[in-house]
Amino acid sequence: MTRSFLARNPSVLVFLSILALFTLGVTLLSEAYGTALISTSFIKTLGKTLCLCLAALAMDLIWGYAGILSLGHMAFFAIGGYMIGMWLMYARTEEIVVAALANEPLPATAQEIQNGIAGQIFGVVGASELPPVWLFAHSLPLQLLLVVMVPGLLALVFGWLAFRSRVTGVYLSILTQAMTLALALYLFQNDSGLRGNNGLSGLQNIPGLAGVSQAAVSVWFLWASAAALGFGYLLLAWVVSGKFGSVIRAIRDDEARVRFLGYSVEGYKLFVFTLTAIIAAIAGALYYPQAGIINPAELAPIASIYLAVWVAIGGRGRLYGAVIGAAFVSLLSSWFTGGRAPSIPLGFYTINWVDWWLVLLGLSFVAVTLFAPKGIGGLFDLVQGLRRPDRKGAALGPDDGALMEREAQE
Amino acid sequence: MRALVAALVAAFLMLVPAMLAAQTAARSVAEILVENRALVEKPSRQSIGPVIAALAGSGDPQAATILAAWADRGLGQRKSDGGFFLIAPNADGYALTALDGSDAGTATKSEITELRPNSGVRGLISVALVQFRLTDPDPARRAEALATIARDPAPELLAPLRASLDGEADPALAAQKDRLNRLLTLRFDPDSAARVAAIDSFSGDLGLDLRAALNPLLATVRKTAPLAAQIDGNIARDLTPGDDLPQGEAYDLLVAANLAPARLSPADLKAALVANIVNGQVAGTPVAVLNTQVARNAAYTALEAAGSVPLAATDEEVTQAVAAHRFAEVYSEPDPAVTTAATRVLKAIETKLALMQAADLGLDALSLASIYFLAAIGLAITFGVMRVINMAHGEFIMLGAYTGYVVQLFIPNYTLSLIVALPLAFAVTFAAGVAMERLVIRHLYKRPLETLLATFGISIALQQLAKTVFGTQARPLTSPAWLDGALSFNDVVQVSYIRIAIFVLALVFLVVFLFIMQRTRLGLEVRAVQQNPSMAASMGINPDRINMLTFGLGSGIAGIAGIAIGLFAKVTSELGSDYIVQSFMTVVVGGVGNIWGTLAGAAMIGGLQKGIEFLNPSNTLAAQTYMILFIILFIQFRPRGIIALKGRAAGD
Repeated sequence: MTRSFLARNPSVLVFLSILALFTLGVTLLSEAYGTALISTSFIKTLGKTLCLCLAALAMDLIWGYAGILSLGHMAFFAIGGYMIGMWLMYARTEEIVVAALANEPLPATAQEIQNGIAGQIFGVVGASELPPVWLFAHSLPLQLLLVVMVPGLLALVFGWLAFRSRVTGVYLSILTQAMTLALALYLFQNDSGLRGNNGLSGLQNIPGLAGVSQAAVSVWFLWASAAALGFGYLLLAWVVSGKFGSVIRAIRDDEARVRFLGYSVEGYKLFVFTLTAIIAAIAGALYYPQAGIINPAELAPIASIYLAVWVAIGGRGRLYGAVIGAAFVSLLSSWFTGGRAPSIPLGFYTINWVDWWLVLLGLSFVAVTLFAPKGIGGLFDLVQGLRRPDRKGAALGPDDGALMEREAQE
Repeated sequence: MRALVAALVAAFLMLVPAMLAAQTAARSVAEILVENRALVEKPSRQSIGPVIAALAGSGDPQAATILAAWADRGLGQRKSDGGFFLIAPNADGYALTALDGSDAGTATKSEITELRPNSGVRGLISVALVQFRLTDPDPARRAEALATIARDPAPELLAPLRASLDGEADPALAAQKDRLNRLLTLRFDPDSAARVAAIDSFSGDLGLDLRAALNPLLATVRKTAPLAAQIDGNIARDLTPGDDLPQGEAYDLLVAANLAPARLSPADLKAALVANIVNGQVAGTPVAVLNTQVARNAAYTALEAAGSVPLAATDEEVTQAVAAHRFAEVYSEPDPAVTTAATRVLKAIETKLALMQAADLGLDALSLASIYFLAAIGLAITFGVMRVINMAHGEFIMLGAYTGYVVQLFIPNYTLSLIVALPLAFAVTFAAGVAMERLVIRHLYKRPLETLLATFGISIALQQLAKTVFGTQARPLTSPAWLDGALSFNDVVQVSYIRIAIFVLALVFLVVFLFIMQRTRLGLEVRAVQQNPSMAASMGINPDRINMLTFGLGSGIAGIAGIAIGLFAKVTSELGSDYIVQSFMTVVVGGVGNIWGTLAGAAMIGGLQKGIEFLNPSNTLAAQTYMILFIILFIQFRPRGIIALKGRAAGD
């Protein structure tokens, strides 16, 4: 018990130093601060990947540690993006409108500026007034608060309803998926107040930074994403390493027994669900300014399933596994779908990876589930010589989310 | 002077019909044409009316033919003597027929002037022709004429229609004529009592044509007058400003009626200020401080005081002006007896209509519920009975639909291809399901969450394969002709045959499922394995084989559902994923492991969705959103669904 946090978790130091080295390396190779070996668009891809890694960390906590397969965390991710996107779009439009009105013979009134912004933003959906949800969009601090508050409250209410009525296992997965679908369908409406299926766009233009090139801004966002990922890793490593971590792992493997021992299982689950929703939302708030556009398609239930896929491929129940899985699959995916992977001519048919990548991903995912439940993270166990617990083939506990013997580590 | 001439001409033209009517009794068409040669040669809509009426009323058996020919450029005039002939183009020029029907030889093109009435005149001729068509010996022609009148009702059609009523022999056409007569009467008859009688005769009728005829009678416009004066016209209701008429709209009415000066909009105010900028100042106020509406109003008031801009109405003046006037909605139909009768009949119709719409909504909900039931019944087997989350279920539905499409490529007869496709789709998806069970799911029976992810992997692979093979555009799955059209009870309640077929298919599946589960050896073994696999195994049942067959059965049913869904939706690679979440919810809401629960779940989800769509018809997305929210709440109160299994069968 006397050992320090870092001594008990050697992976934290290793992870943080690799992350720092990676960030430093990318910075030195960037167009803005180094040798320009890496293009700005690829730096954006790397920055976005770091954000996806953070979301995968959250997914690993909720699924890998607490055993709740939530298929709704990409919804929280997207809500975070929407919240920051509202400020970005409002402030950016305000700059444009003020500049345009400055040429008028009379100085503009506040109302005129407001109307101008509303007309610019909502012209595409045929409205000309700012909907009430944009009430705080003029203020960055308030909107940043909303990035945390909106997904947090949504997760709190939804989680309270779901856990209170003891919805567990696959039923909870289906319920979260339904929630995601409902949100996406709601946002697809033009009168939802968030521009319907047009979504929010032009988010890569940061207000007040008109003079700074995208090359520099992309590196700044990379730094911010790396910092967020580092802090997130540290926080989650701390959360799962103490007694709290033991309790949520116990809930994962045998919820009923933890409840009989007197722990408030619902409270723990609700905390983890809300915390991970907030982390996912922060990741989303960093992701979408780099992506430049957000629309309701980002909330589609399939996105959340992909998140689970990344964690599973990286190896669930270990934090670095989630990061590795997200980085590996999303980078590979952008390599294959970006048309950079060479096609394979078979003589009678040419395998074009843009078409066949999803087939490969789907099948390799089946293969990982069947043959390598530890995922990529399992390789580290081989190197370290870690063995798996001997349960005579049984899982660690009776619950749906419990770790299998083959994916646990001693 | 010119006005006087015009008036004289008008008076003369009005006298013409009377004179013609007196003269034309029993004269031939040819005589009438010759008499009015000048008008016929250069006809205009204003002046030709009496001539056409005379021709139509002449009693000449050739009148209809000649009128029709005239409208259709089939009437010509010989240049040499000005005689009229029916002309038909032939090799030499024209074949001529005299107006009494006898052959009159041929003529070259240059000898004949074709009469080309303009569209206004052709319209008048076709109205005149209606009376001939209405009494045409051919019932099809008469029905056609009635359809024409129903499409474009006009006051002048009333008289010929009534004249044709008595001679109608066909009872169906007679009823149609009578209905059309009453519809025209209630709109165009000059006698108020006749109109009211016509309206009352329709009491309780649901026809769309009746509503189309009645609604224009009740159209209103808003009118205003000073308090001292009365609003003339047939007043529908008085409006109180601020209560049922917003203040702003009331003032706009005053402005439109020239009873008050226009209000100054912010844009006009701004323009006025800009026009009065002098040395960077407006009426002594520096431009730089005019960045609030209050400052701008003050500057405008100062300009008003200086007299350089017109006075604008202030809020107070607006209130006063509105208070000094009365407002009312006035029917554009001037006769109060008619509007009262129309309101009464429409109200009765609306009550009946609401009932019918509820019935129609019920049918819609039933058909949506059967679609959800079809999509979910396969899941009810794999998820409900085996507890296997099959995310690829939607792709099995898609596979079935594509099977139907491929079969149609080879068998062009739609009926035959459907008969072949149904068992083939079952076979294809049965095989796919068995393969998937053997290769993947068998290893994950104790791990439902892993099954979810593994089958999701298969789902995206299958979807992408379908996209690669069939392309991204939608493929048609055409239903046979006998499934086209709709069963129509009246103008409101109707349901298409495809939906009836899907409903029947859902019923058939329910019966088949119940039969297999309750009455066959396989069903018994499936239930035994579901309740306790090891005990079932000790009784000599092979759980592996049963699981494989059960999964195959569930997948096969998904394939058949795919054909049913493909018949009314386009077949795309995303077909399945559109239904997967709804299908899971149907099973979960209904209660896992119970086919009646699935039925109840489908009925609830279908009914809810249609109900919400009815409350907010413009927005089906919102309907789905609220439906899902409702289901999330519903799960709170019945976490195990509508019909929850109890005891051993519940599995825990």
